[in-house]
This record gives sequence, C-alpha cells and structure tokens, in this order.
Amino acid sequence: MKNYLVSVMTAVCAAASPAAADTVFDSGKLLATGGVSQIEGAGGAGLSTWSVITGYGSRNGVGANAHYSYLDLPDFTFETVGFAAGLFDRVELSYARQYFDTGETGVVLGLGEGFEFGQDVFGAKVRLFGDAVYDQDRWYPQVAAGIQYKDAEQEAVLAAVGADDDSGVDYYLSATKLYLRHSLLLSGTVRATQANQFGLLGFDEDYSAQFDGSAVMLLSRRWAVGADYRTKPDNLAFADEEDAAAAYLVFFPNKGVSLTLAGVDLGEVANQGGQAGVYFSLQVGF
Amino acid sequence: MTALAALLLAAGAAQAADATLYEDLGGADAVERIAHGAIDRSVADPRIGHTFENSNVDRVKRLLTEQICDLTGGPCEYSGQTMEASHKGLALDTADFNALVENLQDAMDEEGVGFRTQNRLLAILAPMHRDVVTE
Repeated sequence: MKNYLVSVMTAVCAAASPAAADTVFDSGKLLATGGVSQIEGAGGAGLSTWSVITGYGSRNGVGANAHYSYLDLPDFTFETVGFAAGLFDRVELSYARQYFDTGETGVVLGLGEGFEFGQDVFGAKVRLFGDAVYDQDRWYPQVAAGIQYKDAEQEAVLAAVGADDDSGVDYYLSATKLYLRHSLLLSGTVRATQANQFGLLGFDEDYSAQFDGSAVMLLSRRWAVGADYRTKPDNLAFADEEDAAAAYLVFFPNKGVSLTLAGVDLGEVANQGGQAGVYFSLQVGF
Repeated sequence: MTALAALLLAAGAAQAADATLYEDLGGADAVERIAHGAIDRSVADPRIGHTFENSNVDRVKRLLTEQICDLTGGPCEYSGQTMEASHKGLALDTADFNALVENLQDAMDEEGVGFRTQNRLLAILAPMHRDVVTE
C-alpha cells in the first residue's frame, strides 16, 4: 500500500510539470497560499485544518498534490501518505492513509512487536464565503465546512481497548485569515468528533466539540514559521488522551514543492508518556 | 491563546510606530522605480504581456506610480479611472492578477524593500482583485 501511494506521488509530480496558465491546471494562486497537508490530508498546517482550498488552482482552475509525513516519537512512529485536489478554489477532496507503528512498544502493550494501527481518511471541504488572501479590507475570514470519514483497522483491538466503533465521521467549520499588513496568518477550527487519537484508537458513540488552530508568521515569500494547537477528546478508560501541539518551519521553494519541519507533542499516547518528536512532511503538486 | 494575543499586539505596535508606508518604500524615486519595474516586468511577462497590447505603457506606469504614492500616504492624488473601469474588457483572471503581484514583488525586491513592508503595500492593493478580475 505504501509503495503504491509513493508511486501516486511520483505521478502527481510528473503531472505537475506540464501545468501551464492556459490549461485548467493554472497554478494561479500565489506561492504558499494553499497551505500544506495537515495530518488527516486536508489543506492546512500540521495538526490544524484551514478553510483554504488545497493546491494552486485558482477559481478558474484545478490543483492537486500528494504528501508524505513522518513523525518520530519516543515509543512510536506515525506516517501519513495521501493526496488531495482543489477544484475551482471552492471544493477540496482528500484522501490520507495513516500508519501508527508501535515498534518495540507493541510488546509492552501486549500487542506484539511492530503491531500497526492504521486508518483511511476520506475528506471533503467546501469554501462557504470570504477570501483569506484578497479580502484585506474586510474583517471576516474565509470560512469553510468539511467532513472527514475515518475508517480504522484493528477492529478487535479497538473493541478490546473500549472503543465503540472502528469508523466515524468528523464535521468541522474552519475560519482562516491572512493579516497581510502584519505578515501573519491565523486560523481556527471547531470540530465535532468521535475519534480517539485522531481515530487510530477507534471512535466513541458520542460526539464532542474540539478546537484546532494555527498562528503562522510569514518570513519571506518562501519561508514561514508557525504553531498549531489541537484539543482532543479523552474517551477511553484504559489511557489518558491529551491535547496536541506543534511548532514548525515551512519552506516553499516553488509551487511544486513544500517541506515542513516540525516539533510535535502528542502528550500521552496509549499510556506511553511524553510522546514528542520531530515531524517531517513533503508535499508535491501544482 | 495568550501567545496569539501577544503576537497581534506586537504586530499592531510595530505598525503604529511606523512612518508612512510611502516613506518606508523609499519615497518618490523609489516608488517610481517600483511601479515602472512592475510594469516593465509585466509587459515582458509571457503570462500577461499581451494584456498591455492596447495600452499606453508610459501612461500606465505614470498612473501606477501616482496611485501607489496616493494609497501609501505620499503627496500625490491618483488621477486615473477606477480599477473597474481601467481593466474593463481585459478579461483578467486570478492567475493574471497574481502574475502582476509577483512582478511587483520582484520590483520591490530589486529596490531593497523588506518583505514585511512589501506586504503592507500588497494588503492595500489585494482588495482590487474584486474589481480587476472579471473571469
């Protein structure tokens, strides 16, 4: 599966080359204004969903990208591969596959060495109103509504740890605004979710309202520095679940590539404390 | 959230302490070079050069200089048409608009204008997207 997705990334790379202004693949947005790929595959930053539509397609164009992210934690590794398309700066469709490898910790948890949790995340987002970039004379942000359908693996283990279900749907409302006068971007999202640890540990039968947000300072046309914060529910009795935070540096050498380097703190995960580590993400597209 | 508020306050304080944007861009000569540089680059730009075919390029340069001066607190009064009227019939799309933005950024880079100062000018110009882009 991983190899298959990497070849999809390569294909997206190749497709990006002939992108020109006189086709529907217009790469018409300004550099960096599509954000990067967040952990569930939507347009945003590392942990946070933004209301911007991913990719560089303008309101007359289509953009698409693929990404690979790797988070190295003390007791686990977390990888995500996915792709997404932005249609006419209105609709975003995304898919991400997450792998949460317990490595040697799998033995401690009684699951066996290298036991892997995983899930598919299918996302859709629609921009409702506002323009995060051009509406510099208006107070209101760009607002979008989205859903993420999550289908987790390891049903038996999820049931054993107390999850009610192995799939669930997140609903979110995002507001993002670029304060160009201050070279600052702010974004906030309210999310209704049933997910335990993003869904990797299954889903509760009840929804709770959670928040994620970003503050990003633009350093130049190609560099940005920022931070995310994301609250999470704490549904499972066997282990505490904590909020997540990240601080990152993003490099946009051109519209075809972005690189994110971050420090990410997920707090306690499956009774393993202090799960903070280095995160790397590569996005290619147009 | 406290960090966010502090960031915003710091940004606001920096703004209030600034001289006019016109002065920060470098004054009359610099604004003229920036406006001329943006238009020269755009006329030579394969993406949007054709949109200047029926324009008096010298007049466009003079009006853009005047407009930037006016909007940034300089001693000028823009004497041209509204943005909607002056771009009517050109069928410009967002990619065209952004091509000009990139050329303006390059012209400001050449003039040695800092990134944050550049963004203060772009923040004033960005809403023109609404009137300039019709496609």
